[in-house]
Amino acid sequence: MSTGLIGRKLGMTRVFTDEGAAIPVTVIEAGPCRVVQVREDQVQLGFGAKRPVRASKAEIGHAARAGIDAAPRVIRTFALGETTPEAGATLTVEIFQAGDLVKVTGRSKGKGFQGMVHRYGRGGGPGSHGNTRHRRTGSIGPGTNPSRVLKGKKMPGHMGDVRHTEMGLKVVRVDSERNLIFVRGAVPGAKNAIVTIAKQNGRSRYA
Amino acid sequence: MDHLATLAREGLRTEHPEFAPGDTIKVMVRVREGEKVRLQAFEGVCVGLKGGGISETFTVRKVSAGVGVERIFPLHSPTIDSISVVRRGRVRRAKLYYLRALSGKAARIREKRER
Repeated sequence: MSTGLIGRKLGMTRVFTDEGAAIPVTVIEAGPCRVVQVREDQVQLGFGAKRPVRASKAEIGHAARAGIDAAPRVIRTFALGETTPEAGATLTVEIFQAGDLVKVTGRSKGKGFQGMVHRYGRGGGPGSHGNTRHRRTGSIGPGTNPSRVLKGKKMPGHMGDVRHTEMGLKVVRVDSERNLIFVRGAVPGAKNAIVTIAKQNGRSRYA
Repeated sequence: MDHLATLAREGLRTEHPEFAPGDTIKVMVRVREGEKVRLQAFEGVCVGLKGGGISETFTVRKVSAGVGVERIFPLHSPTIDSISVVRRGRVRRAKLYYLRALSGKAARIREKRER
């Protein structure tokens, strides 16, 4: 079986426990995903369907080898679990259970060109007392020696719109009827963005 | 389109009576003490509703031993056993935060007359 699924982020809401604690959750509509290809230790899954005009012959052919009519909209590979699925098999949210620890990968929301304060959390200067370095960068390194700026120096620039993996999230609820997974906490991307959910070991991000 | 809103509607508790800011309400809260679950009443004026859907909350204000106490409850929380309306109040505002500055006779709210 695959250790992950491809899905669509629906947005955030909250879920109450029986004790009355409100858990912030992200709802992800995941799967059903068809197995497009099985490799040695990986499975390739497809999600959604491209219209035939939109798909290349290669994409259609690749899907057809697994016995899938339309080319999937998104294809991602995941590590193989304990059992090996056959190409063409359908995987649903049932591969997850409430309490599982997962990581969710997606493309974060783009923030545009941002300064040091927003982008890297630099403190910024004083607002008054004659100071003019309010949100500016300040010094970017030593002087004559080495007479250059070190590579990788954090500076203002484009923020967001990068691939990001949020680790250690807990599955709160699985709704197999509607293909939904409720994951505790926030997940990268805007609403309706494509995300992948994969099982992981280790420790929870939240208590 | 709004898949999420339909989904969240399932957790909503529709059995609560309708109430509005200005109403005096009595909230029965489930309090857990060790193994036992006990009901505790919190009675006061509803000074405002906030949010919507499953995240909707309401604030209840009462004066206890001369000290003003405000408690915010999530409307759809399972810790709320029941809500009952004691008195309907006539107010002209959605948020009654001005009550915080008032005490005694000035903090009274006129009763709503049914027409």
